[in-house]
Amino acid sequence: MSTLDIILQQLANGLILGSFYALVALGYTMVYGIIKLLNFAHGDLYMVGGFVGFLILSAISGLLGESWAAIVCSMVLSMLAVGLLGVIIQRVAYRPMLQAPRLSILITALAVSMILSNGVMAITDGEYLAFNTDLSFDGLDFGNVFISYTQLALVVSASLLMVILYLFVNKTLYGKAMRAIAIDQDACKLMGINVNRIIAMTFFIGSSLAAAAGVMAGVYYGSLHFSMGFVIGLKAFTAAVIGGIGSIPGAMLGGLVLGLLEAFGTQIPFVGSEWKDVFSFGLLILLLILKPTGILGKTEIERM
Amino acid sequence: MSPSADTSVVTDGINWLQHQRNRMIVLMVMAAVAMVIPLVANNYMLEVLTNAWFYTILCLGLNIVVGYAGLLDLGYAAFFAVGAYTTGILTSQFGINFWLTIPAAVLCSMLAGIIIGGPTLRLRSDYLAIVTLGFGEIVRIIARNLEITGGASGLIGIDRPSFFGIELSQGIHFYYVFLLLAIFACFVSYRLQNSRLGRAWQYVREDEDAAEAMGINRVGVKLYAYVIGAMFGGVAGSFFAVKMTAISPETFTFAQSVLILLGVVLGGMGKIPGVIVGAFALVLFPEIFRGLGSMRMLIFAIVMLIIMLYRPEGIWPRKQS
Repeated sequence: MSTLDIILQQLANGLILGSFYALVALGYTMVYGIIKLLNFAHGDLYMVGGFVGFLILSAISGLLGESWAAIVCSMVLSMLAVGLLGVIIQRVAYRPMLQAPRLSILITALAVSMILSNGVMAITDGEYLAFNTDLSFDGLDFGNVFISYTQLALVVSASLLMVILYLFVNKTLYGKAMRAIAIDQDACKLMGINVNRIIAMTFFIGSSLAAAAGVMAGVYYGSLHFSMGFVIGLKAFTAAVIGGIGSIPGAMLGGLVLGLLEAFGTQIPFVGSEWKDVFSFGLLILLLILKPTGILGKTEIERM
Repeated sequence: MSPSADTSVVTDGINWLQHQRNRMIVLMVMAAVAMVIPLVANNYMLEVLTNAWFYTILCLGLNIVVGYAGLLDLGYAAFFAVGAYTTGILTSQFGINFWLTIPAAVLCSMLAGIIIGGPTLRLRSDYLAIVTLGFGEIVRIIARNLEITGGASGLIGIDRPSFFGIELSQGIHFYYVFLLLAIFACFVSYRLQNSRLGRAWQYVREDEDAAEAMGINRVGVKLYAYVIGAMFGGVAGSFFAVKMTAISPETFTFAQSVLILLGVVLGGMGKIPGVIVGAFALVLFPEIFRGLGSMRMLIFAIVMLIIMLYRPEGIWPRKQS
């Protein structure tokens, strides 16, 4: 393979990885933007999304087979289910804690994350689940660079979801309410916005995006495991921070940047793929030290 | 007995405990029991209790960071790993006497604390949680991939230390070693709690901005908490390495960090007896409910959530003044 081929191939790999990261990072950033909570359970919602998608796919495969139609159908249903789960979590665990000290709510989020991952572990006995689909292995062949239709479809659907989200947040009244709450919750209450409902909605959207990414990852990698949410949660957080936490375009950009960095990072000589995670966590730490506001983040002014 | 009589017994008990002298009596009795237990316990009980003291040290160390200074550290196992690997490498590969490796382990874990804490303690507390989590993972991955740390299989055949000619090899030896370390950790924690630094921590925890306005060096004070917490972890790791004679990266996972954190949260953040109770609950609970198997962490997590929702100060909280 020529250097150009390697660059193109890694570009493709990076974009796919990046769109997963971006979808998960969006949920992080939206929740953080609106209630300043670092939702540790978010990565686990991605994992639960994958499993729910798998369950639905096996349930409807009798009707639709394991074709694209079935996958899209199970993805949408999984998004709804996990979105609802996100709302329930918010209602049960986070809402009572909003006035509590920061440490308590972070520990609460950690506990929720552990309940989800260990719950799935108990159900699946810690085994890997094979996510079978009968998608073809065809694709676009550019000489040495190969991009399968599955990969293409994943990137397209991820982008589609992000465009819809962008329009929702920027063009609808609900989106406007979300942005307003991120700025000043108390003023929003005075303006007659149902703050709790908008927060619940944010959790719904964020969780369903994570679920979409989970189903996509299941299709792409062909297997599911209860621990898959942990690392992606960290990576997505990194992506959100790279882009500037709280900023929606920032999360998308951050996801892509991180995906590309990781894809090209594996090409650095003498650095094997086992160091991939060290690379991205190191990047996160460095970034938080040097520019905690990220690429698109606004500088926060602390008022006393 | 009516409920009111029940409460009055409790209140009487608490009042009785208010006196310094009475408290010392309780403490003495408990210490005496802890000293005598190994003479009557079987090997299994001894092992479990040793483990409980070991977790007491770790939890007290993390308590300085989480309970005193109010910083969430999700990578505490990393410091424990640094201590264990420092001792492991120095004794097994360089043949250095165990006792000489302890200062090295303390130094290395302090260094790790400074490296990770120095730049990040300026950040908001929730960023710190993620950075420490990432750092914990980095340390584990490095340990798994380097040659000097023995890779994924870890280090084996770490020599047992000897103490004035007696080789520390039996369960009972390590019981006393960890008991003494735990008592020492309690003493240090207690002295710190009531020191000028301890009060500064409390101030920073309650209101960071006000503390800074009062002339407290916010970042410096937090760094102290971080480094001292790291030292506790390092020392515990050192002794852990020689007790187990083998260490592997899988001991120092995120789950381990969470477990230690749970011990701190369970008993009551910032209070020494609470933390000890938490550490013991952590170790004894899975031993008592052995049948639960893989459900153990799930139940822990549910308990943690319930505590946070209904009793955020823990089982035995710190007194509010």
